[in-house]
Amino acid sequence: MTATEPDPVEPFEEAQGGSPKWIIWLAVLFVGALIAVAVMNHGKGGGAADGDYARAFGGPFTLTAPDGATVTEKTLAGRPYAIFFGFTRCPDVCPTSLARMARLRKQLGPQAMKFNIVFVSVDPGHDKPADLGNYVALFGTPIIGLTGTDAQLEQIKKGYGVYSAKVPQPGGDYTIDHTVAIYLMTAKGEFSGTIDFQESDATALEKLKRLIA
Amino acid sequence: MMTFHPKILAPVAVAGLLASAALAHDHQAGTLSIQHPWARETAPGQAVGGGFLAIVNAGASEDRLLSGTSPVAAEVQLHTMMMDGGVMRMRQVTGGIAIPANGAVELKPGGFHIMFMGLKRPLRQGERFPVTLRFQRAGNVTVQFAVQPVGSTGPMKGGHDSH
Repeated sequence: MTATEPDPVEPFEEAQGGSPKWIIWLAVLFVGALIAVAVMNHGKGGGAADGDYARAFGGPFTLTAPDGATVTEKTLAGRPYAIFFGFTRCPDVCPTSLARMARLRKQLGPQAMKFNIVFVSVDPGHDKPADLGNYVALFGTPIIGLTGTDAQLEQIKKGYGVYSAKVPQPGGDYTIDHTVAIYLMTAKGEFSGTIDFQESDATALEKLKRLIA
Repeated sequence: MMTFHPKILAPVAVAGLLASAALAHDHQAGTLSIQHPWARETAPGQAVGGGFLAIVNAGASEDRLLSGTSPVAAEVQLHTMMMDGGVMRMRQVTGGIAIPANGAVELKPGGFHIMFMGLKRPLRQGERFPVTLRFQRAGNVTVQFAVQPVGSTGPMKGGHDSH
């Protein structure tokens, strides 16, 4: 990473009287700049994944498939994949993202099956592997639904830089806050980029085409 | 601290909702018009489902959606969600959802929604099921929720899939 952004922390004290949203936006811009630099460096590599970038997210994991089989990063190797994290009680982002991946896959036509779609439930308390299998089956295209123990999920969340946390609710139950980005991984398990929840289908489709090219 | 702002629709959107009120699948209750209640289909074993609708208030007093019941679920809750720097956060709404006088509120993907907790059976695409909504002023109103494909992002109109 070769970002030489000015340190955005300096003006924070002066901004205290104003809106804290200002700080969040600055942080968002800063992270965006870091990603932009990483992407530009990636581009200079002429297709070969730049080492730091390729290893920015990903790494080893061990999870369980709906049929009880153990799935690791080695199981997925050999074909690119789009992996993201959520839970079946997720009101909107998860079903919308899964349906979108199914829709984009269809648009790839003959290339449709050249990548895997992987959905990791970070809610093992509610989502058992078999339930997750039933859930992903709703989307009409093969989706690999995975979950694991708390420790296994911690490992993959750390590898992918994913945030998720249980939040207690008034009735005694809990919900899950979680990162919504979709991570695109090469056939070698190297990080290739992300698809953002708010990004257009056209942009997302281009990224998928590059991933499977 | 994170705050959840009730999403009050702009007048132009309210006009749009009023215009679409003539379409089927609406319920009138006093000054309230409850439009296009829909829910996402759920998988066998899935304990929770989400529902959405729009409520237009043509009256001069604010009303408030407080809670609900349904034979398909052990509990009906009101929730909201927001995106916060790439993280999705969902929260139960405990004080009800205000429907402003001469205004409207939309429960839709990305914001307020109804959660059917403890589903007694899966919600099947194409079916309808009853939900009794409890309002502060309008009282209990029973509406029919249409079950749509899991990937739906809005109510289907006239049988057409809105993706």
